[in-house]
Amino acid sequence: MLPRAGKDQGMFKGKKAIIFGDRDGVPGPAIAACMKAAGAEIVLTATECFV
Amino acid sequence: MPDPVIAAFSCILAHAPGFVRYGSKPSREIADRPALVLSAIEGHLRGFEEVVAYPPNQVFIGNLKPDDLHGIGQPWYDHPVFPAPRRGPYGEIYQEELLLGMIKLADDFGLVEIEKDSAPLLQGLLESHPFWRGADPGRIGQGVDPGRVDGLIEHSGSLPLFHGGRRVGCVNRHHDRDDNLKAHVLMENLLAKASGALALKNLLRSADIGGDGIDLLLNCSEEAVGDRYNRGGGGLAKAIGEMCGCVASTGCDVKAFCTGPLYALLFASGLVKAGLYERVAVVGGGSLAKLGMKFQGHVARGMPILEDVLGGIAFLVTGDDGQSPVVRLDAVGKHDIGSGSSQQNILESLVLKPLDRVGLKVTDIDKYAVELQNPEVTVSGGSGNVPLANYRMIGALAVLRKEIARQEIDRFVREHGMPGFAPTQGHIPAAVPFLGHAMDGIRRGELNNAMFIARGSLFLGRMTQLSDGLSFLLERNPGRRK
Repeated sequence: MLPRAGKDQGMFKGKKAIIFGDRDGVPGPAIAACMKAAGAEIVLTATECFV
Repeated sequence: MPDPVIAAFSCILAHAPGFVRYGSKPSREIADRPALVLSAIEGHLRGFEEVVAYPPNQVFIGNLKPDDLHGIGQPWYDHPVFPAPRRGPYGEIYQEELLLGMIKLADDFGLVEIEKDSAPLLQGLLESHPFWRGADPGRIGQGVDPGRVDGLIEHSGSLPLFHGGRRVGCVNRHHDRDDNLKAHVLMENLLAKASGALALKNLLRSADIGGDGIDLLLNCSEEAVGDRYNRGGGGLAKAIGEMCGCVASTGCDVKAFCTGPLYALLFASGLVKAGLYERVAVVGGGSLAKLGMKFQGHVARGMPILEDVLGGIAFLVTGDDGQSPVVRLDAVGKHDIGSGSSQQNILESLVLKPLDRVGLKVTDIDKYAVELQNPEVTVSGGSGNVPLANYRMIGALAVLRKEIARQEIDRFVREHGMPGFAPTQGHIPAAVPFLGHAMDGIRRGELNNAMFIARGSLFLGRMTQLSDGLSFLLERNPGRRK
């Protein structure tokens, strides 16, 4: 599927993002991929295990 | 050659309230605010009888089934089981005095000193326990003078041992400039060794064999035994085996974070099927670091500190005996390096691919054992209900494959899942605490199969962003169908 054009791709344009993922939820790299696609600059990505 | 079987299983708990202060989270908080945090911890510790009567612990040793927890009101710590035997079909819940005696029994290097006031009690407990009668309890001897322990703690980096709010001895370091041989690390390793030995002894009893009946030992504990030149070098498998009289066995440690028990089981199964070994025991001891991990949440909510036990697991893999449940080696699920890290990627690798390989549907599996952390421990600590989240994901996969409707996910979770009941001891809750229940369910004809799924957080070591996972399918032995 082609990426959707329009404002979704720029939702976080000009924004910096610090990402904390959860081993049992959504891992950091997966969130980072989405945020990057939405225009964010990824400053830090970490995934933690809370158990 | 037929696939191997799991012929016996054991799991134990050791009550360790005096060690909660040495868990990773408590020890860091105590360093910041010693008096405040210590008194909060001591005010929320449970007694041994409460620990034995705690419903999830009764499930762990096999006196209750996991699904029995659905019928017990929460919080479970307010609904103790009565009567609550300390022994169950899979193992025993040990009091702290025996654990203290065990770490002295596990000590080959003069690392543990027991004070003379406490020595007779610990020695008496070991001598009266069927596993350790005659197992050199003379190591405890008369005990040492409290003044010696004072000096070791003050000048030599020793850490005090506590029981019932009273100092009973200390653990010494074994090198003054080696972080891997400092008292705290050695305490962690000794506790893993001692609790692993308790699990292995229960396994041998369950299998009705002597220690010399084991060919190979694989230790899947999470500790990093070694000195300054070889942190994590290993050796705990043989150390545990030596304590349990496994004189005809060799062994080594398998490291894979929480996936360790499943890798060890996979290796054991492969080695048995290949004919290299006949009887392989997998053993895992408890994790000191995890004690009191969520204590702040528990204290803030006026709950008892529930992470006050060390766990231990062991299981025996042998060639097909025509009776015991089979590990299907054609249905092993693995999380490849290139699989991707999303939940969907992981569960497709661990659940769907192996099922597709053997022509089964998601709903053909009677029970899924995922990471079985007790939610009462984790939810109050802000970490959510881990097993429930995993069951919902597996249910969602069944929806995506049109095996069930979306509105049937809750029913799927209830029928194919179970409430978490294992202590948050890292590798201990990694699906395998259900092994005994699955073996019994299959033997009674209530289950045909069960899938075991464990996940590992490789990224915690900061060498890769990858996570890990492994799964296997346990099935009724075809020999039993005849």
